[in-house]
Amino acid sequence: MQAPLIQFIVIPIVKIVVILAVVLLVVAYLTFAERKILAYMQVRLGPNRVGPKGWLQPIADGLKLFAKEDLIPAKAEKAVFMLAPAMIMVPALLAFSVIPFAPATDLFGLLPKAMPPYVTDINIALLFVLGISSIGVFGIILGGWSSNNKFSMMGGLRSAAQMVSYEVPMGFAIIAVLLMARSLSLVKIVEAQQAAHLWFFIPGILALGIYFICGVAETNRNPFDLPEAESELVAGFHTEYSGMKFAFFFLAEYTNMLVVSSLATIMFFGGWLQPFPNVAWLSFLGVIPPVIWFAVKVACFIFVYMWFRGTFPRYRFDQLMQVGWKWLIPLSLANLVIVGVGVLLVKG
Amino acid sequence: MAFLSAHFVAIVFYVLAVLAVAGGVGVITFKNPVHSALSLLGTFLAVAGLFVLRHAEFLAAVQLLVYAGGIMVLFLFVIMLVNVKRVSPESAFLSRRAPLAVIGGVVLGALIAFGVLAGSLGRRGGGAAALQTVQGHVVGNTEAIGWMLYRHFLVPFEIVSVVLLVAMIGAIIFGRKDAGLEGRGGRMEP
Repeated sequence: MQAPLIQFIVIPIVKIVVILAVVLLVVAYLTFAERKILAYMQVRLGPNRVGPKGWLQPIADGLKLFAKEDLIPAKAEKAVFMLAPAMIMVPALLAFSVIPFAPATDLFGLLPKAMPPYVTDINIALLFVLGISSIGVFGIILGGWSSNNKFSMMGGLRSAAQMVSYEVPMGFAIIAVLLMARSLSLVKIVEAQQAAHLWFFIPGILALGIYFICGVAETNRNPFDLPEAESELVAGFHTEYSGMKFAFFFLAEYTNMLVVSSLATIMFFGGWLQPFPNVAWLSFLGVIPPVIWFAVKVACFIFVYMWFRGTFPRYRFDQLMQVGWKWLIPLSLANLVIVGVGVLLVKG
Repeated sequence: MAFLSAHFVAIVFYVLAVLAVAGGVGVITFKNPVHSALSLLGTFLAVAGLFVLRHAEFLAAVQLLVYAGGIMVLFLFVIMLVNVKRVSPESAFLSRRAPLAVIGGVVLGALIAFGVLAGSLGRRGGGAAALQTVQGHVVGNTEAIGWMLYRHFLVPFEIVSVVLLVAMIGAIIFGRKDAGLEGRGGRMEP
């Protein structure tokens, strides 16, 4: 085979397949982690029948969903009904094409020269992830609308209003990071934190708070899970879905949590960097490979997600809108001014 | 294989262009407004792809973020909330306003064609590659647009923002049914 064929077709495809497989496996086990963590928070045992301590539960769930009958309601808008689960899953997975989880590596000398393990690094990666994840909301809206069910419709409408409202403060929080890193490339943002010897959560603690609150709202998770509020809307936008189509909605939610957590790690906690690289007696931390550091940081954010679900009651819809428009947007604008002045003073 | 690699950009361009035009035709031919909105989304995505093809990555991302992610969501929101009656295209074509619409469409099309053929759009070398050099330095797409907007075109940019703000306030005033809503907390129920 010629060299360009390997470089431009074979290598990216291998990377894509590996990343997709890992992401889907992690997402499947996130559902298990959530059930276990919630169970322990509520003094229960959680799933413990399938496999040792219940560790095969996600596999069993997947098989069950595969084998289930796929129902389409008689009065549903069929084409859109089929399209909606794909429209939420594809953008969620697409975001992983630009997320840098480790620096260039030669895999312990297996490769002739160091190669980045992520699929690509584009110079607008951050905007790309934001844009792609804003496409994901169509799956929810259209799923709700095409089901031809009042509960689904309400869920879809709530989701549309929520997503549009919380994208604004999220964008402003991210601009604060841009001011500090001076780049939209996720790799350059991590490198800027390495060069500054400072993870951006210290100067950007407010931005981190705003970003994560908006991230929770964007993924429709508790306490912002009004689109699927089970006590009022049955199951919200996915009430009519069954089998693998339901599984798509379910997995997309966890994939989006993973995207939000990965971005938070990259923008505020130095991505794959190890903590305290210059402290002599902590130098043994350097043995741990960067990808593990990345995974550990992401896992902390995921845990906070689940912690939220175990502790907070759901917002009312008017409270949700008030928090978004009357608190988070002014706060994020003020934060932008503070960070801007700070960057000017520091860099002169 | 050799043909594919030699004409890769052209092939991608034609696929995206056909998708964009097909989406545009779909917008005016579908009878269900939600289907029209979906095909408009298809057009937006195809145009974003065209921007990438011309190395205007920033525009592509903004196209995704603002048009596909923001404006289309609001369109769908309104369509679902207002519950538009299904209007058949035939009755719209035969209404009294149809000649006006035809004249407007022809004039707009002529203006765009004039702009492309005679105006700055048609000039050679005015493309994205030229845009990416600022003061002699080759910089990224985003930086180039930032320099352009905030250095060369600062005053028009600010004027446009004021116009948009005025339009927004106007829309809010038109949209408000009665002032009594403000009284207690101003609830926003869906």
